[in-house]
Amino acid sequence: MTAGIAVDIGLAALVAAMALWTILVRDAYAAVIGFIGYGLLLALVWVRLDAVDVALTEAAIGGGVTGVLLLRAVGALHRGAAPLEDGPPPGPATRRIAALACAAVAAGLAFVVLGVSGPAPTLAPLAAEHLPATGLKNPVTGVLLAFRALDTLLEKVVLLLALIGIWSLSPDGAWGGRPTLGRPGRASDTLRFLAQLLPPVGIVVGIHVLWVGANAPGGAFQGGAVLAAMWILAMMAGLSPVPAIGRPWLRAALVIGPLAFLAVGVAGIFIADGFLAYPPAFAKPLILAIEAAITLSIAVTLAMMVAGPPQRPGAP
Amino acid sequence: MTMTVFGLCGAALVGIGLYGLIVQAQPLRRILAFNLLGGGVFLLFGVIARRGAVEGLGSDPVPQAMVITGIVVAFSATALAISLVVRLKETGRGDDEGSA
Repeated sequence: MTAGIAVDIGLAALVAAMALWTILVRDAYAAVIGFIGYGLLLALVWVRLDAVDVALTEAAIGGGVTGVLLLRAVGALHRGAAPLEDGPPPGPATRRIAALACAAVAAGLAFVVLGVSGPAPTLAPLAAEHLPATGLKNPVTGVLLAFRALDTLLEKVVLLLALIGIWSLSPDGAWGGRPTLGRPGRASDTLRFLAQLLPPVGIVVGIHVLWVGANAPGGAFQGGAVLAAMWILAMMAGLSPVPAIGRPWLRAALVIGPLAFLAVGVAGIFIADGFLAYPPAFAKPLILAIEAAITLSIAVTLAMMVAGPPQRPGAP
Repeated sequence: MTMTVFGLCGAALVGIGLYGLIVQAQPLRRILAFNLLGGGVFLLFGVIARRGAVEGLGSDPVPQAMVITGIVVAFSATALAISLVVRLKETGRGDDEGSA
């Protein structure tokens, strides 16, 4: 137990140090690297908090996909001319006041979270009680796809809206065209080698994470993020072309997840108790079918978000 | 004890992220700070979920599911914000703001 506490304290100190580094370091590139390290360490913290599902999501999305996105952004923003700034950096007096105020906020939060005594509010007994009705064994997947399915459905819509927002930033003339990912035809041999080596393994891992998500930590988000990473890798290495955003198959892949979810939800009004309710006999097959469709949409959406707005007119 | 350590860590992360959000002048650095802040909030949530553990479940699954949703939504917001900043730089309008 003592060893466990030592690990916890070391981990918490490392996470906080990485966060400080990300804020204080002068170079933006170093800050991004610090942030990626922070994301991966945070995933370990989630394991220590018995939340392996969250740990997988944090590692795949917080550390992995966000990392690629930020590294590309730092390349685009800090190349050549002076980086974009909103006015001069604040002076030492402002910094000191801000530091004091933020320390007060942190202290207040620590007090609120740790100072309370008595039993914590929890929905765990309710979730555990109703989990058998869904046929699932992973309570987190049960919450995501059955008990709080509306949250998950709306989140899919948020993903799509964000992608539409990103696409709407394309220059005139490039609408419907191809985003640029990596430097076409100039990928290094190492990148090309990795892009050939990893995807066969990564695709199997992604689908496995989706499949075991019903009964063990894993699920659609985590599996989708792994699949997205594999596709991004292949596109960056130039082994797989970046699709034009006007392609019908791409649009179909983006919306199939939310549409399948919505269709099952509406069907629930007629064959079960209401919107987004499942008939008990078919709950698990329906949930797995929705998860499969969502995984595909998440993978494609995340990859296209990283690719950014289209830059070149696509072939008609 | 685990919860105390990570509770303090989460609170510290919120403070650090908030500080970065205030003092950073570059938009990309502010986006990073915003994500640090978000990570801290999620961690506090995780500590509360851990306190809600019952027999057979190591942690309350409802906050966990919300954090998973939150991580994905934070990623979409980050991706959109980065695209906006990159476009701002491409069009060169960000530079005029201070002098206009």
